[in-house]
Amino acid sequence: MSAVTLQMACVAGLLGLAILAIVLSGSKFSTAIIYSASLVVSAIALIGSLQWLLANHAIDAGLTLPIGLPWLGAHFRLDALAAFFLVVVNLGGGAASLYGLGYGHHEPTPGRVLPFFPAFLAGMNLVVLADDAFSYLLCWEFMSLVSWALVMAHHREAGNAKAGYVYLVMASFGTLALLLAFGLLAGPAGDYGFVAIRAAQHTSYVAALVLILMLLGAGSKAGLVPLHVWLPLAHPAAPSHVSALMSGVMTKVAIYGFIRVVFDLLGPPTWQGSVVVLFLGSITAVMGILHAMMEKDLKRLLAYSTIENVGIIFVSLGLALAFKANAMPAAAALAMTAALFHVLNHSIFKSLLFFGSGAILTATGERDMEHLGGLIRGMPLTAFTFLAGCMAISALPPLNGFVSEWLIFQAILLSPDLSQLGLKFLVPAVGAMLALSAALAAACFVKAFGVSFLGRPRTTVAAGAQEVDRWSLAAMFILAGLCLLIGIIPAPIIDMLAPVVNALVAERMPVQFANPWLSIVPIAESRSSYNGLLVFLFITISTLAAIEIIHRFASRAVRRAPAWDCGFPDPSPATQYTAGGFAQPIRRVFGPLFDAREDVAMPAPGDTTAARLTIRLRDLTWDVLYAPLAGAIWLAAEHLSHLQFLTIRKYLSLVFALLVILLFVLMLVMLVWS
Amino acid sequence: MVLILNLITQGAQMMLVLILAPLLLGYTRKLKARLLRRQGPPVLQPYRDLLRLIRKEAVLAENASWLFRSGPYLIFAATWVAAALVPTFAVQLQFSWTADLIALTALIGSARFFLALVGMDVGTSFGGIGSSREMMFASLAEPAMIMIVFTLALLAGSTQLSVIAEFMQTHASLRVSLGLALIALVIVALAENARIPIDNPATHLELTMVHEAMVLEYSARHLAVLEFASALKLLLYLSLIACIFMPWGLAPAGSGLEAYAIGLISYLGKLAVGGFLLALFETSIAKMRVFRVPDFLGIALMLGLLGMLLRFVSRSF
Repeated sequence: MSAVTLQMACVAGLLGLAILAIVLSGSKFSTAIIYSASLVVSAIALIGSLQWLLANHAIDAGLTLPIGLPWLGAHFRLDALAAFFLVVVNLGGGAASLYGLGYGHHEPTPGRVLPFFPAFLAGMNLVVLADDAFSYLLCWEFMSLVSWALVMAHHREAGNAKAGYVYLVMASFGTLALLLAFGLLAGPAGDYGFVAIRAAQHTSYVAALVLILMLLGAGSKAGLVPLHVWLPLAHPAAPSHVSALMSGVMTKVAIYGFIRVVFDLLGPPTWQGSVVVLFLGSITAVMGILHAMMEKDLKRLLAYSTIENVGIIFVSLGLALAFKANAMPAAAALAMTAALFHVLNHSIFKSLLFFGSGAILTATGERDMEHLGGLIRGMPLTAFTFLAGCMAISALPPLNGFVSEWLIFQAILLSPDLSQLGLKFLVPAVGAMLALSAALAAACFVKAFGVSFLGRPRTTVAAGAQEVDRWSLAAMFILAGLCLLIGIIPAPIIDMLAPVVNALVAERMPVQFANPWLSIVPIAESRSSYNGLLVFLFITISTLAAIEIIHRFASRAVRRAPAWDCGFPDPSPATQYTAGGFAQPIRRVFGPLFDAREDVAMPAPGDTTAARLTIRLRDLTWDVLYAPLAGAIWLAAEHLSHLQFLTIRKYLSLVFALLVILLFVLMLVMLVWS
Repeated sequence: MVLILNLITQGAQMMLVLILAPLLLGYTRKLKARLLRRQGPPVLQPYRDLLRLIRKEAVLAENASWLFRSGPYLIFAATWVAAALVPTFAVQLQFSWTADLIALTALIGSARFFLALVGMDVGTSFGGIGSSREMMFASLAEPAMIMIVFTLALLAGSTQLSVIAEFMQTHASLRVSLGLALIALVIVALAENARIPIDNPATHLELTMVHEAMVLEYSARHLAVLEFASALKLLLYLSLIACIFMPWGLAPAGSGLEAYAIGLISYLGKLAVGGFLLALFETSIAKMRVFRVPDFLGIALMLGLLGMLLRFVSRSF
């Protein structure tokens, strides 16, 4: 069986599971059957794609099914780029299935989740495999709709219906943009196969338009500012393992679409295009993490942090575009490797963190961090894995997040050689934004871990939290292990990405696995190198040495006593720092970006009611962009609604007038054209 | 044989920073006291403090978790590894390529991450205030540091600290971007080490405290390890400034004992000068309000960005 057939068989298996889930609905074993079968299928697909990627196949495997457009058929193909993204999708899918084996039992309405879960996995696999515009759009829309159904799984919870509605609107808008992009790419001949699109010559204004449309279409799905508004609503609304898939994997599928079109189908890029990508990416990174910092709902915090990471990936892709446009293939390969590496890393640690938030939800029923606290005592294992995820996403060595961030910084350091002055001014600013977002990410995840897991329990449910089941823990430990493993031995991952990068920018990074001590050396050792393994070993050895020496020569006596707190400990857990309190200094510094307002309602002297502090933050993109747009649509709809109640005579004259106007416009266009 | 010698030199550097760190602290304290016309504690007092602390019984808060107990060791280890990777008396030591300047910054970031977490572990208001402010400072100081690293890397064509130091030794000339980087690095170093005007290392009961608030719940051996780590961090930043901006006397790769001796003596001299300047600066300036600190750190960030921008626009700056 060829590789692509195997992948398609896995997809068919997943779709079959979706149907099986409908058949089994109501059965006691349906949860266990569906998730374990999804796990097996995902594992097979993962191994298949990984093997294909590592075997470094030069010949792409294609498959044409006699469905879809009659003259086209549905084309599916496995190439290096698709194989890498299949690894990401199926790794996330497998982990979510494993987690679901335990977590799924807490689902109040499994019938609303089980059929859609494997279908969602199948949809994401299909988008990556599609090799013509028609199948691509069809699979994309299937993925969007199925994920919408999953967002609406708990439709009675407050806010979820709105989340689903906003998601649906934004997804339709995104698909519209993609539809137009592929229409432009296919040209007047209408050849929708990717092979034909790749071979065609695209004029510069078509290329520019396609880039913008892809930023709108793929960007809205990935969460690029200002198209991100649906993401922090929809991702947290789904069950946690689906949130993990949406944040960790579906955003990556959107990034896949962007890479596929912009780097593969569109032909040689222009540097102006990279300016747009770099600008949007850096704004996204900073705004995403600042919003995450202000958030007190753990899952919304994670969703906002996804926006940040998508921004980082787009910055890296923008750098790759700029280098490619300037004929600097080695630098482009470095930036592209960094982007793809971050895709993989983010899919791992974001899934891990969403699993952690799901575990907290299982144990306490709470998503609001200000009702949590002290969970490290009841849930030490979850706390450990969540801590690993927090460290990885904060780009701390020796974990994996640092490696990709380091590679991006190395790519930025190559950019003074870019020849355009615009880029020379932009890239340093982008570098500063990236550094700022990395530092804020650390602050944000200190908050997330510190407020939820450390301190004293703020509620009785937090005090009584119990460790979650073994399946969930296994999924979290596997992902945490991957974070560490990839962080200390990143060289094989970079080598694994080499064929993908080579296909996209016609160059690859030097082979890393042969370096002494498994260092990574992007260009030359005298320029930069990093060795996660040695950093890890040094830290481990010096920690152990410190513990050993201290315990040998120091007093080992330990006494437990009440907290000191400068002599005035207050027994109420409300005296601890809250999520809002923790963010207050940063809110002060960056407040204008949110139009932050603090209102203190202080009762008059003698009045015994409590003082209240109200904090209002606004997402300015919502106010500046969406609210006027929605208002305009509403206004237009109101003014046009009387068209619904015309007589037939008036309708006929309306149609006639419209036809005349259209013909007139067409004539004008023809005149201008000739 | 060569490998063993190299390993010994690397090990010597690791031990050197360990031994010198408390001494540097005692030295600056003594200088500060003398500048204020006080007698001041003996220079060796920090060693005595550490010894005293590790002999004591540790008192843990009732609800302290495993992170609270293991955190100090991790913080110490990350800081120690970072400090040992900065060239002190020689460049191109055996493991100097393990982590470049960006990784070094991130290692310090790891230590800070854990310090902020352990500050929140017991769940007291002081711990929270310290962690929250520390992370606010860091969210500006760390990008400033990265900007400085970028400026230096673009100048020397490398992010490896040894290569940068060698470049500064051979091609040193007055450059605008270097000046900006130096000012920015000094500001970052003051912030990172919780020195005046950002924070006051001498106070314990003041609402503006940051670093001391995070370690408030610690006692005995855990406190000793944390104090040691913060001494190491001070040494690290002074070594960093010395090796980049005063690279004189650094022994080149594989040189003999003589060169190492010269390197060591000049390193001690640089530390003496650096410590003196720190004490002088601290006695001549007042601590600033906590919400003035972002402005102060913003200067560092802007200077770093400006330095980097200059390097992007023209190679002659």
